[in-house]
Amino acid sequence: MEAMTANNQTPTKVLPALEAVNMSKRFGSLVALDRVNLTIKPGTVHALLGENGAGKSTLVKCIMGFYQPTEGEVVIDGRSRQIDSPRDAHKYGVGMVYQHFTSVPAMTVAENLVLSRYDNTKLINWKRESEHLSEFMAASPFKVPLDVPVAQLAAGQKQKLEILKQIYLQSRILILDEPTSVLTPQEADEVLGLLREEVTAGNLSILLISHKFREVMAFCDEVTVLRKGKLAGTGLVKDLNISDLAEMMMGEQRELEQIEKTATSTDKTVLEIKNICANQDNGLPAVKGLNLKVNSGEIVGIAGISGNGQKELVEVLSGQRSATSGSILVNGETYRATREEMFRHQVFSLPEEPLHNACAPNMSVAENMALRTFDRPPQSQRGFLNLTAIRQAAKSLIQTFSVHTPSPETPIANLSGGNIQRAVLARELSSDKTQLLIAANPCFGLDFGAVDFIHRSIIEARNRGVAVLLVSEDLDELLKLGDRIFAISEGKLVYESTTAEADINTIGQRMAGH
Amino acid sequence: MFLTAIDRYSWRKSLEAICIPVGAVLVALIIFGVFCAVVGANPFGVYGSIYKAAFGGWSAWQRTFIQASPLMLSALCTVLPARLGLVIIGNEGALVMGGLGAIAVGLSLGESLPPLLVQIGMAMGGMLFGGIWIAIAGALRHYRAVNETISSLLLNYIAIAFLNHLVGGPMRDPSSLNKPSTFPIAEINRLGDIPGTRIHYGLLYGLIACIVAYILIQRTTFGFAARTAGGNVRAAQIAGLPVGKLTIIICFLAGSCAGLAGMVEVAAVHGVANESLNVGYGYGGILVAFVARHNPLASALVATLLGGILASGGILQRSHDLPDATVLVFQGLVFLMVLYSDSLYGRFAFFQERETLPSNLSPIE
Repeated sequence: MEAMTANNQTPTKVLPALEAVNMSKRFGSLVALDRVNLTIKPGTVHALLGENGAGKSTLVKCIMGFYQPTEGEVVIDGRSRQIDSPRDAHKYGVGMVYQHFTSVPAMTVAENLVLSRYDNTKLINWKRESEHLSEFMAASPFKVPLDVPVAQLAAGQKQKLEILKQIYLQSRILILDEPTSVLTPQEADEVLGLLREEVTAGNLSILLISHKFREVMAFCDEVTVLRKGKLAGTGLVKDLNISDLAEMMMGEQRELEQIEKTATSTDKTVLEIKNICANQDNGLPAVKGLNLKVNSGEIVGIAGISGNGQKELVEVLSGQRSATSGSILVNGETYRATREEMFRHQVFSLPEEPLHNACAPNMSVAENMALRTFDRPPQSQRGFLNLTAIRQAAKSLIQTFSVHTPSPETPIANLSGGNIQRAVLARELSSDKTQLLIAANPCFGLDFGAVDFIHRSIIEARNRGVAVLLVSEDLDELLKLGDRIFAISEGKLVYESTTAEADINTIGQRMAGH
Repeated sequence: MFLTAIDRYSWRKSLEAICIPVGAVLVALIIFGVFCAVVGANPFGVYGSIYKAAFGGWSAWQRTFIQASPLMLSALCTVLPARLGLVIIGNEGALVMGGLGAIAVGLSLGESLPPLLVQIGMAMGGMLFGGIWIAIAGALRHYRAVNETISSLLLNYIAIAFLNHLVGGPMRDPSSLNKPSTFPIAEINRLGDIPGTRIHYGLLYGLIACIVAYILIQRTTFGFAARTAGGNVRAAQIAGLPVGKLTIIICFLAGSCAGLAGMVEVAAVHGVANESLNVGYGYGGILVAFVARHNPLASALVATLLGGILASGGILQRSHDLPDATVLVFQGLVFLMVLYSDSLYGRFAFFQERETLPSNLSPIE
């Protein structure tokens, strides 16, 4: 408590240094973080780089007190500190800005700022608060109108508000978790530029989590790179170039275990995407004029960091989102993802998050497995379902794909994640007439056995002549499975190569927008 | 080994689906009893009277069935869209519009056609008017993302105002003095009683509609597609199902059931269209749908139960000196308890499926 009052009432001009010493975090047998050291010097912008799942969030969650590290300690101002919650972190002047907005949309900016305070005032003197807030806003690096409801702010302004909250709370060390992922490049440059000025003026220190090299090169002083939970490198940004960073992030040697691929003739185009454009949910363009061909018997991989339009592209191909312009051809015919077209061209999908994207949670396992076939004989005749046929088909799929379920009548939501995934795989991979398969992060969150099974199934499909479009955030997966590989960045394909000739560093740079 | 494990039918879940709503009705009965005691009536006497007026003897059953038939039809107006994930409460409006459609057809055909054809025409008119009414709410939902609950509620007010306007002016029979009404349909075109009873044929309409709705939802590809879209729109889209078309067709069918209830009220009970069309069968239907957990067959049973409660309104006034709105208190209590009981599913260990691990497989996660 004493530390808190001291910090709140007389903000020292001397910025504290933050160190994470020998941090490890294990979840059961999974080592998410393995003896990582990180030092943020006062008055610097420090970048934390790494692929998805490299341990960046785990590290900052340990610093912020969301997780208790299995080993290691947080040192602030030269003293080891026990941080049990974000509230404790705030006590030591450490604040975090999350990737997603945490403001109440229906309340005004001023109300949100007051709400963010940790004190337990029962009564709010709005007259005094608004005077205080106006003074604060006049002196702050960003200007956001105080009386406007947050819902009316643009994304850039909302992100500024999130940062302002931390400044309002007098945080001296800001941790920013991919703060620009929801911003346009212009908004991103503005926000980071203003923060950079604050840091240069000695008012803040910043830890910036990012996977955009451009931001690191332009705005950061030092960088720490994590790979698979371990420290992969650290240094001054001015001593490093982009290919050094890419190498640290991706690793030098990658041992790829090749699954047997048979040579297939690949001159028949199955999927052709012509100049497709699509918007995100918020109406901003996500896919910007993308062209792509996938031939029969080949796997085309699209690499990219999430949020670069690949999700929207997959949704357009699966019929979950309408394109704003452009066209999709399957076997040379216009394709609008209707059921009739899906059946005629035998198009199947393996979406990410199957429970969210490909299952009706309250319907039974058998019904979910029949989703592709229920309106065809033998599962139905003249519009009437044949429940016995549906049940029999499900029973055989349950056995073939080892889906662990109490019965075919169990609602699919009662199954574990891995089993839901298997049920969807059974439905989408069991047809032997498949011509086109659209897969998006099909292995996300699965154990090794399941991953291997999915990889084999995809390659088998390819060997049968299926055209496969594989969108993944896992570069290893793409290099292992793909025949050709593309990189997507900001809604455009920015790299193309055959997998054999693919250069990992270049892919990494392109993915990061370079 | 494995096959025997997945062959087991999950009777525990079925038992849960019966015990929880029955329990909710029992709790509502107890609270209602306390209410009666506070007002000064003997709760057990009241229970006895309700039972006697609703189900005590053939004539009581007949009154109950007469009340139940429009409830069955109007319940389907909430049941069908619910399977698609929509909450439609425009039953009253669709019923009123259906009554208007039926009277319009009945009056314009007059005695030009055989009665059976006129009755079919009236039924078609009622279904068409009611169907379009709810299809409007469905179309607003799909194309403009307007909340279907609110829009269908507001459509009720419009329909009732429209009815009052028509019977008060353009369609008014000058001889209807106390209660402005349309001209009556020809006596010969009225829907008769099932032979040997005082129950009109509307009961058969209701029962058949509930059975057809059940088959449609559970046993046809259309119902399968609708349930998929209701369960998860994204999954329906990935399977290429036409979600917009499903929404509008389901809403049309739902509205046409309520519209048919309006036709029954006009053709079998009143012979005219007037404000007696909106006496609450629409709202009662919402209650039935929720108590029946949106199962069409269960709706027929619940409608009979609620019909019995409604039929006992008069006796409470006569024998216990309770206001006849007392049954509405009971109805409201039942509704509240059943909605509350929805939160109890999955809370009782007894009703949960027992996981039997097949010996040849190890758990995957």
